[in-house]
Amino acid sequence: MLLVLLAHLVLAVGAPWLVRAWGRRAFFVLALAPASAAAYALSWTRGVADGEVPTSRTEWVPGLELAVDLRLDTLSWFLLLVVGGVGALVMLYCAAYFSRDAQGMGRFAGVLTAFAGAMAGLVVADDLLLLFVFWELTTVFSYLLIGHHADRKSSRRAAMQAIVVTTAGGLAMLVGLVILGVETGAWRLSEVVADPPSGTAATVAAVCLLAGAATKSALVPFHFWLPAAMAAPTPVSAYLHAAAMVKAGVYLVARFTPAFGDLPVWQVVVVALGGGTLLLGGYRALRQHDLKLVLAFGTVSQLGLLVLLLGVGTRGAALAGLALLGAHALFKAALFLVTGAVDAVTGTRDLRRLSGLWRTMPVTAAAAGLATASMIGLPPFAGYVAKEAALEALSHGHGPLGQVAFWAVVVGSLLTVAYGLRFWWGAFATKPAGVPGGVVAEGEEVRTAPSRRVPALLVVPPVMLALGGLAIAVVPSVGEHLLAPYADTYPTGEPGHLVLWAGVTPVLAVTAAVLGLGALAFWQRARVARWQDALWSPRGADLVYRRSMRRLDDLAADVTAFTQRGSLPFYLATILVVLAVGPGLALAVGLLGGADGGGPVVDVVPWDRPAQVAVVAIVAVAAVLAARARRRLKAVLLVGVAGYGNAALFLLHGAPDLALTQVLAETVTIVVMVLVLRRLPPYFSDRPLRASRWGRVALGVVAGVVMMAFAVLAPSARVAAPVSVDFPEEAEVFGGGKNVVNVTLVDIRAWDTVGEISVLLVAATGIASLVFLRQRSGKVLRLAQADDVEDRHTRSVWLAAGRTQDPRRRSVMFEVVTRAIFHAMIVFALFLLFSGHNAPGGGFAAGLVVGIALTVRYLAGGRYELGEAAPVHPGLLLGTGLFLSAGVGLAALVAGQEVLESFIVDLYVPVLGKIHLVTSLFFDVGVMLLVVGLVLDILRTLGAELDRQAEVEGRVL
Amino acid sequence: MVVLENTPSAVLVVAVGVLVSVGVYLLLERSLTRVLLGFVLVGNGVNLTLLLAGGRAGSAPIIGTAPDGEPMSDPLAQAMILTSIVIALALSAFVLAMAYRSFQLGGHDEVADDVEDRRIARLAAANAPAYTDLDAEGSDQTLDEEAAEVHDDVEAGGQPDGSGEGGAR
Repeated sequence: MLLVLLAHLVLAVGAPWLVRAWGRRAFFVLALAPASAAAYALSWTRGVADGEVPTSRTEWVPGLELAVDLRLDTLSWFLLLVVGGVGALVMLYCAAYFSRDAQGMGRFAGVLTAFAGAMAGLVVADDLLLLFVFWELTTVFSYLLIGHHADRKSSRRAAMQAIVVTTAGGLAMLVGLVILGVETGAWRLSEVVADPPSGTAATVAAVCLLAGAATKSALVPFHFWLPAAMAAPTPVSAYLHAAAMVKAGVYLVARFTPAFGDLPVWQVVVVALGGGTLLLGGYRALRQHDLKLVLAFGTVSQLGLLVLLLGVGTRGAALAGLALLGAHALFKAALFLVTGAVDAVTGTRDLRRLSGLWRTMPVTAAAAGLATASMIGLPPFAGYVAKEAALEALSHGHGPLGQVAFWAVVVGSLLTVAYGLRFWWGAFATKPAGVPGGVVAEGEEVRTAPSRRVPALLVVPPVMLALGGLAIAVVPSVGEHLLAPYADTYPTGEPGHLVLWAGVTPVLAVTAAVLGLGALAFWQRARVARWQDALWSPRGADLVYRRSMRRLDDLAADVTAFTQRGSLPFYLATILVVLAVGPGLALAVGLLGGADGGGPVVDVVPWDRPAQVAVVAIVAVAAVLAARARRRLKAVLLVGVAGYGNAALFLLHGAPDLALTQVLAETVTIVVMVLVLRRLPPYFSDRPLRASRWGRVALGVVAGVVMMAFAVLAPSARVAAPVSVDFPEEAEVFGGGKNVVNVTLVDIRAWDTVGEISVLLVAATGIASLVFLRQRSGKVLRLAQADDVEDRHTRSVWLAAGRTQDPRRRSVMFEVVTRAIFHAMIVFALFLLFSGHNAPGGGFAAGLVVGIALTVRYLAGGRYELGEAAPVHPGLLLGTGLFLSAGVGLAALVAGQEVLESFIVDLYVPVLGKIHLVTSLFFDVGVMLLVVGLVLDILRTLGAELDRQAEVEGRVL
Repeated sequence: MVVLENTPSAVLVVAVGVLVSVGVYLLLERSLTRVLLGFVLVGNGVNLTLLLAGGRAGSAPIIGTAPDGEPMSDPLAQAMILTSIVIALALSAFVLAMAYRSFQLGGHDEVADDVEDRRIARLAAANAPAYTDLDAEGSDQTLDEEAAEVHDDVEAGGQPDGSGEGGAR
């Protein structure tokens, strides 16, 4: 089964090339895909009839319970046969139908093949979510097929309407499927149907599934998309109506009725929607002039009948429904293909402009006649057998619901006879001009003969389909034998029978009456049409759809206008108010009431170490002063003080690594801020914000109080031992290091670190592109290539600033000291890097120290000094760093370990002695390179490039 | 032995409160520099919250350095804070670059209201479509009536003549 689906996939992907190579003859090859599905189904005919159920299972996403579970029971077998058989014939038909130079054939062929594949997958899928995946695939592909003529407005709108309606239902269905999966715990369709849930969940799931089926199968009130979908090319219409897409909804009903058929809500909805659709479709088909639209409304009507029969929940009706499904596939495909042939050779489908074609297109007319006979239920055709069985089964129906169903089918069949006869008459009969109901369009040319020879391929498929409808009806017992296993899965009702002659029964009388009255309605069509005009000519559903889409647009615009105010403070304030109201209230309740209502539970100690009090006082004062400062530099420095205070708090808390990193990062931050502040005005602009200022103060205080409450309550909410309890032991045994924080970063939670350093890389790239604008970042500024420096012969100078900086701005002392301590700083960074596994330090700290060393060089000697100190492109450092870090993980994978698992090697090197090497060191090296790259990028961008831009503008900073 | 007692210490809670309050006050400003400073302060406050969540103070989480009997502070919270510090650095630099760019373009570093958002709000108030869309224009025909006028690319000969509007072929 999987192979059949793969064949569809391969051919669908290859279709554009095939069409390019062979033109429309490529359809001969593409037809192999659905043909393989039909052949596969045929090969299992005997097995499935004997009760075998071939299955196949391929794991896909185990965590989501998603597997490619395929299963071929009787229902799937039958539908696969229909989907594949009709699909193959439609593809063959395509090879002659489209002109040789038709537009977009490559895409069309691929989408059609993929559509056939999605449909085949849908009917054999045994996994609830897989079913949904295929379901939505058919939606998407049908959208592309309906909108094939993308240059025409009507096609675009019809396609859009179809996808909106069917996707809405599909989402409802997904809800239903998920409810089923969660309720039963089994995500396999067969298991869910065998052992369905009960109670409210079952009712909700059933309604959701029916919503999906109703939209897909164009049941009232969602029927309007199907006639509009006539904008699709005719072969697509044939496939869509006969075997695919709309049959998906019928399949869904057929699949779940054995499970939910006894729910009252299921029965009521099925009878109401099915019966209503049956009658409305037939009623409207009588008034159409386009042959395709006659058939389209006919399909709407037949879909209602199918859903009614398969969903009503008795065995007899189910057997009849399945038989009718097959019969409908045969005659409806045949009729659409005939319509396509007529359209192709005469140029019109308007039955008012066609006359006498039965004489000039006899074979086509005969095929259409056979198919129509099956559609209206004339013996001895498949449609007759199925409808007899249906009336027989429904005549035993109990209660008002059964009565309604029976009479709906009777009236619906009557309408079917009337519009079926009208279709054949409209397409082929000789009609006198000027007669009401005859050829009415004045001044328009009437087609009485094809304008070219009808290609054999346009006739053979419909003839085969129409004859098929006759052939299977001659031996109804075979059909009964093959389909009965499905009907037997229904829990209630007498088993039905498929027979041509059941003797003189009341049902036979009803059938005769239906045929007679239907013929009468056709004969008196002019009168019927007048009645219809006087009574009700509905076109409301389409209008309602359009109006509701317009309302939806308006609503979306209003919501957007309400939420997207375009003001950053507004957004932030909204977030903060939500923080205060939501979690804030919860915290307040927890603080004041306690879980058991026993009064406030605030459990704090004044301090861990007394020194914290002094540091917190400094931090608080610095923060408040920073908020009050009007001068940018002052604010920045005060925030820096608060940051250093934080570092002290970390140290007091027992976190030397944090303290080290915070100090280094704070230093770099201050330098960077000062670098940028050079270009910004010295004072914050004074804005008349007095009114809102108190609001901001209030919001700030509220947010602070909420965070304080959180900080007090969250620790006491802990119920389990933290994971970090085992970290020290794991760090030493598996990570091979004594510094637990560092081992956590490079080993235990290394994936997190990979993610975080990726953020650094993105930020560095963003900074560079914001300032350099046109390229990732500028050239590496080397003294030897400088073009804004006069004397550049001396390649090796110790102090680059001597030639590049204005003498008034130099401080030789600073430069010399910088050069002197630079290497010491680098060595210190390396020390931090290598000792970081066992002592405070590590890649982040080492990278920041290198960054500070470079910063000092830049501050002392300007941008060329920076170029000489670090003659590499920061992008190179960033990329190498990330590659090393993530690459170590992959190396572990290659070595057969978990991703990013470290392994420990103890080497003995002469002179140095025993070396304890842990592979996560390379990870740390990567982190260091990345941090160096980040700082270098910042310096080159916010430092060097800003200098250059300022000089270009003629200002000296 | 990792510290298991997690009673928060009041001074740190006060520090969290002050840092977050002041930070939020600055965040709500329009000057990007002040927004950034507010962000840094809020970040510091949140880092302290993480530290508090890790439990009480202890010795450094470095095996073999702890004095006898003193448990080490929670290393997991520290690892998280450490990356947070470095990311805050990168983010500060990014916002600064934005502030500079804003200054370069507009002569100030203030976040102005989004003009496009205001335009959409105006149009929504007037119930006018936000963009012109040929397909959305109403027509008297229902879609199935329009569909009847669509013909396929078939072999020439029976040249269809009643094509739908826009029926380019």
